[in-house]
Amino acid sequence: MPAINVNVNGKSASGEVETRTLLADFLRNSLGLTGTHVGCDTSQCGACVVLLDGKAVKSCAVLAVQADGAEVTTVEGLEVDGELHPVQKAFREHHGLQCGFCTPGMMMTAVDLIRRKPDLDEHTVREELEGNLCRCTGYHNIVKAVLAAAEDMR
Amino acid sequence: MYQFNYIRPTTLDDAAAQLGSADDPKLLAGGQTLIPTLKARLAMPSDLIDISALKELAFIRAEGDAITIGAGTTHADVSVSPEVLKAIPALAHLAGMIGDPAVRHRGTIGGSIANNDPAADYPGACLALDAKIHTTKRLIEADKFFTGMFETALEPDEIIKEVTFPHPEKAAYAKFRNPASRYAMVGVFVAKGPWGIRVAVTGAGQNGVYRCEEMEAALAKSWTPEAVANIKIAAKGLNSDMHGTAEYRAHLITVMAKRAVEASLT
Repeated sequence: MPAINVNVNGKSASGEVETRTLLADFLRNSLGLTGTHVGCDTSQCGACVVLLDGKAVKSCAVLAVQADGAEVTTVEGLEVDGELHPVQKAFREHHGLQCGFCTPGMMMTAVDLIRRKPDLDEHTVREELEGNLCRCTGYHNIVKAVLAAAEDMR
Repeated sequence: MYQFNYIRPTTLDDAAAQLGSADDPKLLAGGQTLIPTLKARLAMPSDLIDISALKELAFIRAEGDAITIGAGTTHADVSVSPEVLKAIPALAHLAGMIGDPAVRHRGTIGGSIANNDPAADYPGACLALDAKIHTTKRLIEADKFFTGMFETALEPDEIIKEVTFPHPEKAAYAKFRNPASRYAMVGVFVAKGPWGIRVAVTGAGQNGVYRCEEMEAALAKSWTPEAVANIKIAAKGLNSDMHGTAEYRAHLITVMAKRAVEASLT
């Protein structure tokens, strides 16, 4: 089995994986980072979004071997020194979740979105969240949370 | 997923050599179609040759009256490229409408056209803009490249290097998304340039992307939304599935063509 080394949340993480192991499974099963959720088998739900070299990707549509030598940020890596990331704070403040299953993917997508488009409006947030499915909230508070986080980070 | 050998070549030449010698290989570009396909066990390649990290395939080059895009360029990069936005805004717009942001960060133009999904967006742009597809072996005109549903003129050991799009005078793309999958139920790319007038339809045809000559003739007389607004497209040869009948898609072609021409005028 190939050995890989991935920088995950600022720390070097090594492991042996099957070539067919998905990045999502490497994060969850090998590294125990279960904050990254897997909500579907078809790469449609977005619950597993992480940052790969700074860009939002579905970790269920990338092989772990492809991440060899790359930098990955998962939801566990958002908090710095016990301080929640502005996106995490905004999701808490605006109740941007109900069951919480989609939340890690939503937040990682939001972090990426605010990086790319700091000046957000509601329409843009709704368009940009199209790859993240939420079955509880009707998206309303998620959109509010993303807008508030963007405002906070300006 | 079934087991496979994973190969990450460091040059395009190396990738081509590996592709020629492996038993039943598949190229892995952005993987946004291929990896879900493998997960569903709908394909069982012996080797995956990963070209996603080949820097020599990821570029956008403005050159006189054309833009050349490396096969490994992501949809995200095309959608925000100043060169593409300036010369062919319709192409940047199309790239920004593919999938969702995470898909656009991985998916590539080369992967999209090599796969030739009948509901993919790029094949329509290639056909309407008279694109030239440069491979490791030759140059293929878009008209000769897309040969049927999931079928292209590519030989088994041939790799797309780059795609050249000449600047259009007018161009636009209008897509009606499937509400669930967000793939094109119907997408119409209209373009007018030195190569003439072209209307390419994706999502509808049973053989994948095709040109609608009836609309091309109408737009040659008058480049206005009204010129296509009353054209009744025949349902024969169009897809019928759980998402929509052939008649519905035929109707959508006219509506999307009208919207695309409208958009090309603003």
